[in-house]
Amino acid sequence: MARTPSELVRAEPGPPFEITVDGRAITALPGQSIAAALWCAGVLAWRSTRGGGRPRGAFCGIGQCYDCLATVNGEPNRRACLVPARPGDAITTQEGHGRAGLGV
Amino acid sequence: MGDSSDVIVVGAGVVGAACAYYATRSGLSVTVIDRGPVAGGTTGAGEGNLLVSDKEPGPELELALLSTRLWRELAEPLPLQIEYEAKGGLVVASDPAGMDTLRELARGQEKAGVLAEEIPADRLAELEPHLAPDLAGGFHYPQDAQVQPALAAAHLLRASDARIRLGEEVTGILTATTGEVTGVRTATGTVHAPHVVNATGTWGGELAQRAGTELPVLPRRGFVLVTEPLPRVVRHKVYAADYVRDVASDSAALQTSPVVEGTPAGPVLIGASRERVGFDRTLSVEALRRLAAQATALFPVLAGVRAVRAYAGFRPYLPDHLPAIGRDPRVPGLLHACGHEGAGIGLAPATGALIAGMLSGGPLPLDPAPFSPARFVGGAAP
Amino acid sequence: MPDSASEPYDLAVIGAGCAGLAGAVTASELGLRVCLLDGSGQVGGQFFRHPAPALGALRPQALHHDWPAFAALRQRLEASDTRRLLGHQVWTVTRGSGELWTVHALSGVDGGAERPVRVHARAVLLATGAYERQLPFPGWTLPGVVAAGGAQAMLKSGLALPGKRIVVAGSGPLLLAVASSLAAAGAQVPAIVEASGYLRYVTHARALVANPRKVLQGAVHGASLLRHRVRPHSRSAVTAAHGTDRVEAVTVSRLDQDWRPVPGTGRRISCDALAVGHGLVPQIELATGLGCATRRTPDGTHALVLDGRQETSVPGVWAAGETGGVGGWELARVEGELAGRAVAFRLRGVLVDPARVRELRRRRDRMRAFADAMAVAHAPRPGWTHWLDDDTDVCRCEEVTARRVREAAAELGARDARTVKLLTRAGMGWCQGRMCAAAVACLAAGGGDEGVPPSPERRPLAVPVPLGLLGSPAGADEAGADEAGINEAGADE
Repeated sequence: MARTPSELVRAEPGPPFEITVDGRAITALPGQSIAAALWCAGVLAWRSTRGGGRPRGAFCGIGQCYDCLATVNGEPNRRACLVPARPGDAITTQEGHGRAGLGV
Repeated sequence: MGDSSDVIVVGAGVVGAACAYYATRSGLSVTVIDRGPVAGGTTGAGEGNLLVSDKEPGPELELALLSTRLWRELAEPLPLQIEYEAKGGLVVASDPAGMDTLRELARGQEKAGVLAEEIPADRLAELEPHLAPDLAGGFHYPQDAQVQPALAAAHLLRASDARIRLGEEVTGILTATTGEVTGVRTATGTVHAPHVVNATGTWGGELAQRAGTELPVLPRRGFVLVTEPLPRVVRHKVYAADYVRDVASDSAALQTSPVVEGTPAGPVLIGASRERVGFDRTLSVEALRRLAAQATALFPVLAGVRAVRAYAGFRPYLPDHLPAIGRDPRVPGLLHACGHEGAGIGLAPATGALIAGMLSGGPLPLDPAPFSPARFVGGAAP
Repeated sequence: MPDSASEPYDLAVIGAGCAGLAGAVTASELGLRVCLLDGSGQVGGQFFRHPAPALGALRPQALHHDWPAFAALRQRLEASDTRRLLGHQVWTVTRGSGELWTVHALSGVDGGAERPVRVHARAVLLATGAYERQLPFPGWTLPGVVAAGGAQAMLKSGLALPGKRIVVAGSGPLLLAVASSLAAAGAQVPAIVEASGYLRYVTHARALVANPRKVLQGAVHGASLLRHRVRPHSRSAVTAAHGTDRVEAVTVSRLDQDWRPVPGTGRRISCDALAVGHGLVPQIELATGLGCATRRTPDGTHALVLDGRQETSVPGVWAAGETGGVGGWELARVEGELAGRAVAFRLRGVLVDPARVRELRRRRDRMRAFADAMAVAHAPRPGWTHWLDDDTDVCRCEEVTARRVREAAAELGARDARTVKLLTRAGMGWCQGRMCAAAVACLAAGGGDEGVPPSPERRPLAVPVPLGLLGSPAGADEAGADEAGINEAGADE
């Protein structure tokens, strides 16, 4: 019986690489979305809500709910469940709308 | 099932709500009937503009100035949730000729009591830091304000103490043998009243017809683009000088002029398109394209921001761009309060106050003659 | 394939799941010029979602009982002339001049280097699938609470699990499949919680008997669950999720006939994730934007009205799969082929194989009957609203609580989801009500059976569009024969 998803499908991915979450390094596999890499690292939340400041992460997993919005390499509001992880990606926990810098 | 009151208001949009509010405050008993929910028509599709800046001197501006005052008063007792903001308007011109046009407009408006301050090009950024740098200047109108229209209608209606019957369509107007209105028939029964107020907005012609009269209200479609939630990036209601021209135009073809504003909830709203295509909701990619292009020309920072929603609304258009407020000379007891085109939210309180004054015999806050539905009698629109 | 930008395709297929794949390859094999668009970088849709090639999965079929059927469709696609625009999200479809349709899309997966792409075609096949229906409960916004189909999707494509001990809950046949694949992938699944009573299938025994394959699938999942010692709870629901920054436990309560929790039956189950969902909602906004007629399905969603040839009420616009009512991948494949054949006949007079079409229709009708029986069995009952407390966020995006939704209905004159939205912002956020509209409609109707909106939500923009792209000049980027567009999202198998 398989103990991990990778064992189940007998994955032989290319070399793993690092991405960072709020500066902390985690390992991602080539072909994984950012959300999948975060889940594999035990990270379930990477956004705080605009109203209550509550933690959120991936929910629908298919790009429909927009709960997984993350700031990726400085660009806010990217759906982590769709965006492929790339070596060196810097994910930062998105505060609310993620565009505080635009406020006047 | 029978029911009676002094006044029946047909339409639970913002104008109907304001009529009910001021009529009940005049001591009348009011029943409000709508075939849909509260704010189900054009009110729910509006941006909630309370503007004096876009109106040329004349009766509509008088109505707008009165409304501006009344909205300020209403914002006190009504809960915060109507999102009343005295944010002010900023009209900008792209070239010196446009500035000349704005100056001329402002001079006339000032005589009528409008506050307007010329903003030279180098001061625009103080008011709106994200505005494009190459504009010729603009005018600031501190009296312009905004409410969230659906909330405004719902809270006005609740504060009115009127009886409210939603989801009930008025299928006919009851009249006595002598011709006076005695009430309305609905899908589920009759309601009696000696006065019926037609506050059905864009559908005002339909109700007039059921009463055996006519009112030439036509839909003038507009699209609004709604962005993702943002911090405050636009402080005022900002629009280009072309907007005033488009509002006043009679063309049926697509016209767009950029109108950009933030909301307390976060999204930026982008209008305004106008076209007369009947009640067709089909998305016009061309209208959206122009709105987006014009808005990003005014505020380049919006280019990287996403539109998450677009919707269409149908402004109640009357051929002379003035609302119909007052008694229908052909049907005693029938009053009209519709045809405000794109200004219904702004003009609602003054309309309600006028209607209430006419119903109760009280003093009228301004001369209603220019708005009289009698101007359409005889088939010749003015 | 058209050789100039001005020459339209015969058929634009939107969605590369089973329905869209079957439709595209059928039409292409019958000689039509076909363009297939999908938001994902890979074909397969939600059901046959699979790891990206870079993950090097040698046995993707371990997560799919029916992998050979998909592999066959994919092979036919690769052998065909079908233009593939993967990683293209369609935001609207409009009617152009001269019986032509224009499909407006954004290339590039969500952000980054997006650009506008337009595809012109003489017919459109909408195969846009479905998304999951959610019914909120206290704690459902906690990290670790994920959609059941979402957990499945993240596992199938990213080989990721949300936790080690995952409760699966909600209603509908998807739950069995989710629980069994999570368990197969190494997760512990302490409970599978189904709100309906499975016994209700019995009243639709004829449809079940006519679909032995479905029964077999259920049995396969059932056996797998037994093997993994997954405890089934029927007529029960997760009525609360507990935790502060992530889920630590759930409360499972027994439900009465109307799905009201039975007082005193709540039991706490510790877990570090919950996968939850209540069936699927057809994704039909592109169709409703074109004015296609809809119908209410037996489980209270809206699906497209289709004729016997899979055409919508708008001539020239066809649909297949979940858009016409949720029914699973086999039905989708059959409908896709029917649609592909019907379009070929309409546009080119390609004679159909009458025996084949008769057979396909027979299978479609049988599977539709089965899907309807399932929908009836799992349709949410109005008592579910008793799971909510006043402070539960119903709208996840705009954080609108059940209290505010109820107030809008009771005190402010809202009678439907649209008015609740105007008065509370529920459904106005990024997801445009996809996660909350079903719940809001129930609450607006006071929890009664009237909780189905009379018409589907209008979403003129099917996905968010950057204003800079929306405002780019018309005609700038016709995608008739833009070779760069092929497989641009790249690296499809």
